[in-house]
Amino acid sequence: MANARLSTSAGEIGAWDMLMYRLSKWIKSPTPYLMLVGFALFFGAWFLLSEVFKVWRFASLPGPRAVLVEWFNPNPVYGMSLYTPDFYVHIWSSMRRVLYAFLISTALGVPFGLFLGWSRSFREYTFPVFEMLRPIPVLAWVPLAIVMFKGQESPVIFLTTLASFYATALNTMLGVQSIDESYPRAAACLGASKWQIFRHIIVPGALPFIFTGLQISVGVAWFSLVAAEMVSGEYGLGYLILASYVNVQYVVIIIGMISVGIVGYVSSALVRLAGDYMMQWRVRELALGGGR
Amino acid sequence: MNRQEFATKGAIRIEHVDKVYHAREGEVQAVADCSLDIRPGEICMIVGPSGCGKTTLLNAIAGFHDITGGAIYLDGEMLCGPDRPKADPGPDRVVVFQNGALFPWKTNLENVAFGPVVQGKMNRKEAAEKARGMMADAGLAGVEHNYPGEVSSGMRRRVEIVRALMNDPKVLLLDEPFRALDQLTKSVMHEALLEIYYKNKVTIFFITHDLEEAIFLGHRVAIMTTRPCKPKKILEVDIPHPRNYSVLTSARFRELMEETVSAVHEEAVKAFEAGEKEM
Repeated sequence: MANARLSTSAGEIGAWDMLMYRLSKWIKSPTPYLMLVGFALFFGAWFLLSEVFKVWRFASLPGPRAVLVEWFNPNPVYGMSLYTPDFYVHIWSSMRRVLYAFLISTALGVPFGLFLGWSRSFREYTFPVFEMLRPIPVLAWVPLAIVMFKGQESPVIFLTTLASFYATALNTMLGVQSIDESYPRAAACLGASKWQIFRHIIVPGALPFIFTGLQISVGVAWFSLVAAEMVSGEYGLGYLILASYVNVQYVVIIIGMISVGIVGYVSSALVRLAGDYMMQWRVRELALGGGR
Repeated sequence: MNRQEFATKGAIRIEHVDKVYHAREGEVQAVADCSLDIRPGEICMIVGPSGCGKTTLLNAIAGFHDITGGAIYLDGEMLCGPDRPKADPGPDRVVVFQNGALFPWKTNLENVAFGPVVQGKMNRKEAAEKARGMMADAGLAGVEHNYPGEVSSGMRRRVEIVRALMNDPKVLLLDEPFRALDQLTKSVMHEALLEIYYKNKVTIFFITHDLEEAIFLGHRVAIMTTRPCKPKKILEVDIPHPRNYSVLTSARFRELMEETVSAVHEEAVKAFEAGEKEM
């Protein structure tokens, strides 16, 4: 793999240094400021539409000010804010489920995708079935998940895993297929066995696509969570959103939505970071090209 | 320096080789009744227009494709022939690819050390040590721990040639290795290749469509007909090795160029008129 080195080299850049380097470069670039402007425009527009001008249809929507007031309220009207332990239980339950789902879908999806791309006959057996299952929405699986899995957690994790698995497997397969034919040929010339080609060429060669897949997969996991947590009785951000809908607590719905957004953003950033760590060669190439 | 002084291994005998592709428009005869003897330790340049089938020949020697007739021998041993249409790729015949095939996810040193390690001939440490020495000999000291993507294209080519030589191959198969380089880098690479060649006694099978490159580097230049591919004319380049770039302005070099230009041009026109797609 990319990080299996022959020797410790003087030129090796630590992941932490790389992170700091990228951070300092990022601060000096216009990117963070443009990002702030983007957020300001989004929340500003929402604020103006819903709270200042009360534009038709937006008037009944809670505005950002109302949401913030509730979110930072030590004694929240609807019982949900940064000061209530329940809020963190919801976040933690969801994070744990997404983590499990992500780990399972990666552990299954990456090898599955690698074999899909690597072996033609394996692909011919399995890919059509895979393609038939893929478009079925998570919601449709809910009843079956309840029948198939016992307990409260396992059906939720199953449902969250599903869509992630498709994203990971499909991208991994494309990653294998994207590998230039001359790499395995060169390896064969140099005396590598079929298995060595798989290990030294196919796996690292597919890595950029695999990590694209993992980023999509972690996003999709959060995406499926609301559907999955319809099954679950008690906790989770998806459950919180649904329960608040039933109780007509729109402010809480928005708190839940923004929380999913933030945690989801952070988790895909973490996946990207892990990718950079495993693909130093790529980071360094990009750094040379002046890309970010 | 004379080829025969050090030549001990690496004779390729191509005997009546045929290769027929099954394409959508029917059968395509890429190579037909092609016979060529490559002497041990010589630089044999294969010249022909793009798509004439010369890469097909290389792929057959390397073991990437089968042949549909004839046989190919390396030092008397059959690589592929009637009973065994496809050769096994192996470290005695290492290919340097047209667009380069250094593994981008391995450092230059790891790339060079790859062959002996996967063959189980050396452990990582021994291989790294030998690789370091060979890279230093080829003027590549200092880029060992860089990734291929971090160094210039000329350096990448040199690393790839050194990676091939690490395996002590009998034959180097070069498929237009300098095609993507600019003219100046190319001239530097030519001299670098010759220097490497003078140190390592290896047969070189070098595909190109650049006549100047062919005559400058080769002991012999085989001009191929366009599809089906077979030798049309084989030219002995009687300019003594070691050569350097001053050869290019010599009278003999000009004469040899003139001698070959028309033959190549004829094939190029044929290829152009046939509108063949490169394979």
